[in-house]
Amino acid sequence: MQAFEYANPTSLKEALGMLSSQWGEADILAGGTDLLSLMKEYIHTPKRVINIKGIKELGGITKTAAGLRIGATATLDELTESAAVRTEYPSLHQAAMGVSSPQIRNMGTVGGDLCQRPRCWYFRQGYGILGQEKGKSLVPDGENRYHAIFPKSQAYFVNASSLAPALIALGAKVKIAGPNGNRELRVEELFVVPSSNAARELALAPNEILTEIVVPSARGVKNATYEVRQKEALDWPLVTASVAIRMKGSSVASAKVVLGHVGPTPVVATAAEQMLTGKSLTQDVATEAGKSALDGAQPLNGNAYKVQLARVAVKRALLEAAKARG
Amino acid sequence: MSKHHDELDEKAPPKGGFSRRGFFRGVGVTSGALGSAILGEQEADAAQAAGAKIGPGAVPVSLNINGKVHNINVEPRVTLLDACRNHLDITGAKRVCDRGTCGACTMIANGKVIYSCTVLAVDAQGKQIQTIEGIAAAARPHPLSTAFVNNDGQQCGYCTPGFVMAAKGLLDKNPSPTYDQVKAGLGGNLCRCGTYVGVRKAVLEAAKAMKGAKNA
Repeated sequence: MQAFEYANPTSLKEALGMLSSQWGEADILAGGTDLLSLMKEYIHTPKRVINIKGIKELGGITKTAAGLRIGATATLDELTESAAVRTEYPSLHQAAMGVSSPQIRNMGTVGGDLCQRPRCWYFRQGYGILGQEKGKSLVPDGENRYHAIFPKSQAYFVNASSLAPALIALGAKVKIAGPNGNRELRVEELFVVPSSNAARELALAPNEILTEIVVPSARGVKNATYEVRQKEALDWPLVTASVAIRMKGSSVASAKVVLGHVGPTPVVATAAEQMLTGKSLTQDVATEAGKSALDGAQPLNGNAYKVQLARVAVKRALLEAAKARG
Repeated sequence: MSKHHDELDEKAPPKGGFSRRGFFRGVGVTSGALGSAILGEQEADAAQAAGAKIGPGAVPVSLNINGKVHNINVEPRVTLLDACRNHLDITGAKRVCDRGTCGACTMIANGKVIYSCTVLAVDAQGKQIQTIEGIAAAARPHPLSTAFVNNDGQQCGYCTPGFVMAAKGLLDKNPSPTYDQVKAGLGGNLCRCGTYVGVRKAVLEAAKAMKGAKNA
């Protein structure tokens, strides 16, 4: 990797002062599990690396009556070890356990999981976020077995976050600090379709830091995540489905169904959510919801198999949620 | 191509160079921290801010490995794994994928298994780091090592130190794991010879042998 200046700030203010208003000048280091690989491949060549793990206020997981506050530098291991997460937010616990390497869970952070760059191999080989050569994407006629089945304009990569679908289904927000103060985004607003091959896929400015994630209380919300991986061991998901269901008696009052790893941003399956309302969570209803969720999928020549995987993931997440208390 | 050879990168003179000035700047970090107790708060903040950025040239790095403190001068871009292998002659952890995927570089830091190829040495300061060299008592192999031999837990052996460390991290946390827990606990390590069955048996055998003695 290219040599860089290293900084170890202990306050958020100090860290913000070290960032640049231009992409590519400085990078934020938390767990490092993605950043170091990007730097070794010369995809990122920052002049300065800012370690934010020394900033105490960015760490920790706290449960209050209003919900859950997760510091950006809390590790995935801290998330899976949290009793509050396991009982009230099983979908988050399951999503974090899907990162099936203890080493990555010990190192990787919750903020880093959301901010990690896509795994698209064209991007990782230096063809830019849209995987373009001479202004044309290499993906549709190339090796696209892990790419989007819900592409958006010229974006065929898939969002890499394991936690985003669960956080979106649970109605979570992220807090962001910048030079002009703080702002909040719903997690689904954090992810954007890049406008050009050099643009970013996150709604963050280069001089902003994602500081924490706030998840509202999930009492009375049945929630679950179902992930399909090629390997049982460490791998990114092929597809993920996260659901959060409010019941009224034995029927669904409202449902959130979110798919991960099928598009450049997580996909909220509105049709499935509407179809589920008023129904009981039976095997047939869950199967039907899986079909609805994949209506409109536009698979590429090498990834039609992901459509069926995603249908089944939705069905299994719903049946898992049906078993959960809440 | 040579650009991707990190070993060359590391030896090449960095932009800004390994200069006397860079060295003193690095030393300033330590003296700043020591001095903060006797400086006024404002002055201490200023001293820390001045010392907060280090590199890109070599900087003093202090690593606590297997209970021994090692002081070296490395650039901030040097990983914990490369610092151990290339600067300290601690070569048990292996550099295989170098991308935080295969587990051959597994070490334990503050009781947690980590990929040492994906941690900067400068960021590993202040942690208790354990490598395969540090797990055995003098002149006696660790029960995990013995169990790996007993169960054919290795073929070419290149992934083995990483597997042993991952297994130790698992048993330190969960001394009596089930077969499935062993399988999941080793999910961050790859063996291309395919010795997984032997490895899992070895970990279960070691767990039995170690009962009552957490780190024999």
